[in-house]
Amino acid sequence: MSPILGIYASQISGHLWAPTGAYESIATTTLGSGTSTITFSSIPSTYTHLQIRVFAQETVSGAGFDNMNIYFQSDNASGNYAVHSLSGDGSTAFAQAATSRNTALIYNALSQNTSIFGGAVIDILDYASVNKNKTIRALAGVDFNGSGRIGLSSGVWLNSSTAISSITLTASNFTTYSSFALYGIR
Amino acid sequence: MAQTYTPLATNTVSGSSTSAVSFTSIPQTYTDLVIVANTSNSVSLESLALTFNGDTGTNYSYTRLYGNGTNAISDRATSAAYIAALLNSNTIGNSIIHIMNYANTTTYKTTISRTGDASNRTSAVVGLWRGSTGSATQAITSITITVTGSNYVSGSTFSLYGIKAA
Repeated sequence: MSPILGIYASQISGHLWAPTGAYESIATTTLGSGTSTITFSSIPSTYTHLQIRVFAQETVSGAGFDNMNIYFQSDNASGNYAVHSLSGDGSTAFAQAATSRNTALIYNALSQNTSIFGGAVIDILDYASVNKNKTIRALAGVDFNGSGRIGLSSGVWLNSSTAISSITLTASNFTTYSSFALYGIR
Repeated sequence: MAQTYTPLATNTVSGSSTSAVSFTSIPQTYTDLVIVANTSNSVSLESLALTFNGDTGTNYSYTRLYGNGTNAISDRATSAAYIAALLNSNTIGNSIIHIMNYANTTTYKTTISRTGDASNRTSAVVGLWRGSTGSATQAITSITITVTGSNYVSGSTFSLYGIKAA
């Protein structure tokens, strides 16, 4: 926390807080060159939940966007994942779903536009459980000043007995400067 | 592991004549910023205007998804003077806004947020700031949140957090 942080607004009282310790940075990858796969491995099982924060771009091909794949424990077998989403494209709100997939999906997470990166915050709940399926939820979107999408995603990995210790994110090609940060929540 | 999600500042509105709240001199040492707002205004349902670095030019855009109890709706604003990333009303609204990679000088800035007012609507918003010069070289050093048609009600709160990647 910086002591130089300023606050101003008329008739507002402000104060600074001391840091707390329930949210920890585990690992981060910022790309120096393009790649199609990001993997976090050897994730400690000492947290209650995980959060992944993504700022990412896919190979530029216009003003498009794309979804991002996510799977766990190297399990990308067909039938082990299901997803639902609610999205808006600026004129229409719509729902999507896919079952019996080989990955879960984070809808609307990736930009394909120069200088613009998509944002996503992905929560992986009770990831270390060995007696229930693992669920994820995400808020993700990208805006291009005239187009773009925003959406909410939910997904499940149909594996109740395995704690998550590795996470893989894939796309056709994540570009340079894309960043992926994994956090643990106690 | 490095502890983060650091509280940077909080503002609590007092009185009835405040229409804008600002966080200034934001440290450039975090990866993302998060604003948590719990607000109400003196009139009715209203979007709050999120702007950066004092830029009030038409350098913002956003795409929204919301439900009003009857329909799911999506809309957008292009070349706007702010990002409508928050919501409040004369009851109470709450918002969590993620400002991704705010300190970088390479890309435009992306925000994603969820916001709701149980009496009116719930929504998700993605916003873009292209910088006041039209270039992507501006880090975010200050944030202003303005209620455009009224004033905040006393007790409205705004908290700013910094998240630092390992």
